Amino acid sequence: MTATSDPAADAPLVEHHVLEYPGGYTRSLGPALSAFFTGLRDGRLVGARTPDGRVVVPPAEYDPHTGAAVEEWVEVGPAGTVTAWTWVARPKPGKHHLDRPFAFALIRPDGADTALLGVVDAPSPDVMAVGMRVGPRWARARHGTVRDLEAWVPLEAGARPEPAPPDEAPEAADEPVTRIVCPIRLDYEINAGVATSRYLRGLAQRRIIGQRARDAQHVYVPPRGSDPMTGAPTEIEVEVAQTGTVTTFCITNIPGLSELAPPIPYVTAQVLLDGAATPWFGLVTGCAPEEVRMGMRVRAVWADEPAPDARTLIGFEPTGEPDAPYETWKDYA
Amino acid sequence: MTRRVGIVSFAQVTSPCERRRNEVELVIPVVQEAVAASGIPRAEIGFTCSGSCDYLYGGPFAFVSGLDAVGAWPPIRESHVEADAAWALYEAWLVIRSGEVDSALVYGFGKPSTTDAAEVLGLQADPYTVAPLWPSATDLAALAASAAIAAGVLDERDMAEAAAAARRAGLTNPHAVVGEDVTADELLARPVTHPPLRDADLAPVTDGSVAVVLAAEELARKVCDAPVWITGIAHRVDTPSLGARDLTDVPSARAAAVAAGVGDGPVEVAELAATHSHEVVLLRRALGLGPEVAVNPSGGALVANPVVSTGLIRIGEAAAGIRAGQARRAVAHAASGPALQQNLVCVLEGD
Repeated sequence: MTATSDPAADAPLVEHHVLEYPGGYTRSLGPALSAFFTGLRDGRLVGARTPDGRVVVPPAEYDPHTGAAVEEWVEVGPAGTVTAWTWVARPKPGKHHLDRPFAFALIRPDGADTALLGVVDAPSPDVMAVGMRVGPRWARARHGTVRDLEAWVPLEAGARPEPAPPDEAPEAADEPVTRIVCPIRLDYEINAGVATSRYLRGLAQRRIIGQRARDAQHVYVPPRGSDPMTGAPTEIEVEVAQTGTVTTFCITNIPGLSELAPPIPYVTAQVLLDGAATPWFGLVTGCAPEEVRMGMRVRAVWADEPAPDARTLIGFEPTGEPDAPYETWKDYA
Repeated sequence: MTRRVGIVSFAQVTSPCERRRNEVELVIPVVQEAVAASGIPRAEIGFTCSGSCDYLYGGPFAFVSGLDAVGAWPPIRESHVEADAAWALYEAWLVIRSGEVDSALVYGFGKPSTTDAAEVLGLQADPYTVAPLWPSATDLAALAASAAIAAGVLDERDMAEAAAAARRAGLTNPHAVVGEDVTADELLARPVTHPPLRDADLAPVTDGSVAVVLAAEELARKVCDAPVWITGIAHRVDTPSLGARDLTDVPSARAAAVAAGVGDGPVEVAELAATHSHEVVLLRRALGLGPEVAVNPSGGALVANPVVSTGLIRIGEAAAGIRAGQARRAVAHAASGPALQQNLVCVLEGD
């Protein structure tokens, strides 16, 4: 029902989103990778000998080609040969090991039949070549991570790599490494899309905007652009009432883990807005938790400074009207 | 029960960077178009299967939001894969072959432009020893190109020829996001950005979606003038141990091609999901495609690469080529994983 001639008002909302696991993923290593990471911490490269006599590095618990179990760990390298390379001109801070341009290479350590991925600290791509000799440069303090092998460095013809220096890590380092922590962080520019952007912009005007498909009765709030029953596009915008009925609810007495969680006890509910076909989920405020009930009539509570943000619609509070008859909301409970 | 399965409709949407619609809003038009063109009422389609990628979407359960766009009431029989939607088509093909349903809707969707998709896809590598170094999918593909060049399997001119052919084909493909009248010599004069790759050797960032409707033979003949039959389909995977793979060949694509029966008859057209130019050369060889085969008449993934839709689009494009009379027998390919680790090969035939 709303129409606007301002094109900016129709531009979807975009927000920066970070996907990150606090503290990183903790991964158990199993016997083969435990041998590998324990080796890195001790300044050694460890591979596995397969039953047919090949040596694979990083070591696998099973022969990558036959699936046969592998139980013998062998030291390889430390020097190796580049079998493939590429150049990273713009390292990513916090992700790549080096803060200057470097090469990624597949490196076959001496004595191994397979290659492993490594970072080569080379002055320029001009020195990189398939067949070149490289050796590990070990970190001074090693913690049983891929960064213990800080980088591979080019070796002069006939030169041998520097041995690993004594480990300066403060923690005791005589137990095998059995776990690693892998930080993951990804960045996104999330586009809310046409329908959700219209809904959020409606909130900024203290209006609740839904949508329905042509020739269909159901109005969806928030709208997602299609009728979930049929998949038909919801091209018709409908402003719904700011009053509704609690169809079901939950009283929470356990503190939330997120800083956004409200103080306990609090009530969340499904609220069927008058004129909408799907309940809205959120907080019920303005009354004691024990007063909230199915069928209770409620109205919207708005933030003092409305913005195109879901938090602008804080929740719902009782209107004081008599409860809605069961028949009017039973299909939504 | 073994019965033939046909492709009865196909729709796609692509954009270099979709600024208006979100992922689900990209699915709505292709599903509407493919279902309408299939002649099968939505409520009568027996199975729905999608391909999506949570890391690309930036949140868990991307497939659930996609269901808003397909009409899931009354409750539908549904499944999904965390891979290219070509694998969803494989699952749908199996379910139809089993006799449990007579038709299926298959779709894929994603918006790589919302993030650094090459970085995200690099996380498919081994999470212990490879991914923590943060190689991008481009870095890993460049390593394969480097190994192939060193082995003498191909050279930079072969790559430039494949890239130039794709860019020229892109000029006439309305869904291509790249098109350029260019020669291999002109591409070779451009800078190497990810040695040994140049920018033209890389698939462009593309947002998009795809939908295909499949039907068992009897239904397909009833609703469609010219169904295109899936006469062979198979997928294979190489070891996740990157350094243990032969990156100068694509053994899993070779094995899938044999299992799908690519060599059992003449092939006129092939659509390959090669997202790097050297992969066109490697796949051409692995699939046993001779010089007589028209490879990627659409331009392929090098001119439009909506991640997780790219492979299913290859199947759709190959089927469209048969329907348009450009081929009687065609091959389509899809890939997943770093540096062509996982490959699906599909043989398509007209009547």
